[in-house]
Amino acid sequence: MNIKKVYRELFRIRRVEEEIARIYPSDKIKSPVHLSIGQEAVSVAVCEALVPGDIVFGTYRSHALYLAKGGDLRAMFAEMYGKVTGCARGKGGSMHLVDIPAGFMGTSAVVGTTIANAVGYAYGLKLQSKPHIVASFFGDGAVDEGAFYESLNFAHLKQVPLIFICENNGYAIHTPQSARQRDVNLCDRVGAYGIPATRIESGDVFEIHRHVQEAADALRSGQPGPFFFECLTYRWKEHVGPNDDFDAGYRSREEAQAWMANDQVRLAGEKLSDPERMEVEQNVEAEIAAAIAFAENSSFPGASELTTDVYEESEQDGPDDFVWRGDTGGHGSGDGRGPIRDAIWSGC
Amino acid sequence: MGADPSVMLFGLDVDDHKAIIGTTRGLVEKYGRERVFGTPLSEDAMTGVAIGAALSGIRPIHVHIRMDFLMLAMNQLVNVAAKSRYMFGGQESLPMVVRAMIGKSWGQGAQHSQSLYSFFMHVPGLKVVAPTTPYDAKGCLISAIRDNDPVMYVEHRLLHYQKGPVPTEPFTVPAGKARITNAGDDVTLVGISYMQVECLRASKYLLETGISAEVIDPIWLNPLDIDTIAESVRKTGRLLVVDNDWLSCGAGAEIITQVLEQVPDRHIQVGRMGFAQCTCPPAPSLEELFYPNARTVAARAFDLVRDNAVTWIPEERADLQEVEFKGPF
Ligand SMILES: Cc1ncc(C[n+]2csc(CCOP(=O)(O)OP(=O)(O)O)c2C)c(N)n1
Ligand SMILES: [Mg+2]
Repeated sequence: MNIKKVYRELFRIRRVEEEIARIYPSDKIKSPVHLSIGQEAVSVAVCEALVPGDIVFGTYRSHALYLAKGGDLRAMFAEMYGKVTGCARGKGGSMHLVDIPAGFMGTSAVVGTTIANAVGYAYGLKLQSKPHIVASFFGDGAVDEGAFYESLNFAHLKQVPLIFICENNGYAIHTPQSARQRDVNLCDRVGAYGIPATRIESGDVFEIHRHVQEAADALRSGQPGPFFFECLTYRWKEHVGPNDDFDAGYRSREEAQAWMANDQVRLAGEKLSDPERMEVEQNVEAEIAAAIAFAENSSFPGASELTTDVYEESEQDGPDDFVWRGDTGGHGSGDGRGPIRDAIWSGC
Repeated sequence: MGADPSVMLFGLDVDDHKAIIGTTRGLVEKYGRERVFGTPLSEDAMTGVAIGAALSGIRPIHVHIRMDFLMLAMNQLVNVAAKSRYMFGGQESLPMVVRAMIGKSWGQGAQHSQSLYSFFMHVPGLKVVAPTTPYDAKGCLISAIRDNDPVMYVEHRLLHYQKGPVPTEPFTVPAGKARITNAGDDVTLVGISYMQVECLRASKYLLETGISAEVIDPIWLNPLDIDTIAESVRKTGRLLVVDNDWLSCGAGAEIITQVLEQVPDRHIQVGRMGFAQCTCPPAPSLEELFYPNARTVAARAFDLVRDNAVTWIPEERADLQEVEFKGPF
């Protein structure tokens, strides 16, 4: 991995989210924000192992993933502001970022849902003999959901080209993993499905990358998927919103200290010379300032946007085959060739 | 599937020897196990898989032998499939078909008899179709497969054996058009799914009393062709919707409301029939009462036309009784 690039990615995500937190009290951001501050390394490490054409699926906490996968920053800020120039035209919000050209599929606010979607996408790639792979991101809370286990089973059954990434930050909202799962070794569970499962405890961007790169290479060389990684990490901010919440009682600042001392953004920056680092930082700051200005100056969607994009717009009255079917009368006495079940078969 | 290699079909038991009442017979042999496969018993994740596959360029057809089992897939259908185009600003298209079978209970009772399509009619972003003839079954299925939005394709098991003309070559029946299946002047009967058959039979019973019923098959429940129904009601002044479902918040409530909103005539008389407001019982004596049938539909239509002045229920006629299918499936 190119250290300068890694630092740029990490620093950029950190600063974008700090800016979101700064702007948030102004109420210009019309969306609940689930910040990834503290968790940047996982997205950056994984996306460094992906190539254009590879696909990621994430969650409502996916600002980091969106940016790491190459999502458009201006469109992201505009989406936060609910502007028509947003990545979802102001119809998605922070929890539903999307950038299809970048391979960042739309995210879901319902825990666990995109896991199955990622598996289906990977199956589709395989069916169409496309050379790409999929990464599916979710939290430690999502592994409580039944859909997770159903997805593991099917992914393994069909050997899809996919990497599961569980970002284990220890909490689902305010409930620690230990209150939801007894003595859990997640990798044992996943391993029981026959899926290679690795737990990475360090939070180290280079270590995560090394493991995921190996899995990605294996998939690209035609080895059967999927692979599973549990990446320990830590959320610095409250579950949703821009603030700290160490005084709320469900977790302690001491617990966070170790992770803050292990801050991957700072550590990566320290690997660069001062001029190199400053160059990166200046460029990122300028880009962010421009993106915020873009969002501020963009318009809200017009009234006509309210009901578009519900269905594909199509010419309803195009040429149609809607011919009179004759007096079939529904009594089974028609002179036709067959019953409905044959018609359905023939339709397939 | 022959015309478009991106079409894939899967679901529980689509590849066994019964082949979903024959509707998937031979598809594995013809199109291969990658495109046609039976699935693990995972309705939730498999619906998610259908969505993901659709995003990747596949056109999945997901088959369920009971609508009841779709309750395990509601999250993916309602929260993801229905929403994706909109919440991603038009960037995501989900060309997927969910074949969901419904049926009369044949004694199978509470959890194998439900229709529930009104759940899906409620949600913007989904289309719902419930064809009743072979012609529409084929044409609507091909429309649904070619549609770039998710379509719930509702099949009534009694109708699987219904015969009628159907072209061999592919053709489409476009979304959002109803058919007038019997022309008449005195009352409009809208029969949904299997109740279309009962309405057509009822129209024959009604002829005995000199009442001519216009029967309409909406075919598509969303988009709903309210214009065709409203046009008929303008003529007849009376509307009876016979649903294959419970009444509360159902398709009948929707159809009647939309008609009354469109036809500003306070003299229009309306009525709804459907399942009794209870769980479907297996005992034949109770099940008989649970469902509307041609005779009770005719009696209700007669009441509407004659302003409840006299009551009438037709004698059962053998020629209008034939049932094409009995259990055990
Ligand atoms: C199906 C579902 N149940 C509950 C919620 C409410 N909820 C939102 S986030 C969350 C916690 C999820 O925790 P985790 O998967 O660990 O992700 P994290 O927020 O820690 O990134 C919950 C319970 C939801 N969005 N979806
Ligand atoms: Mg968590």
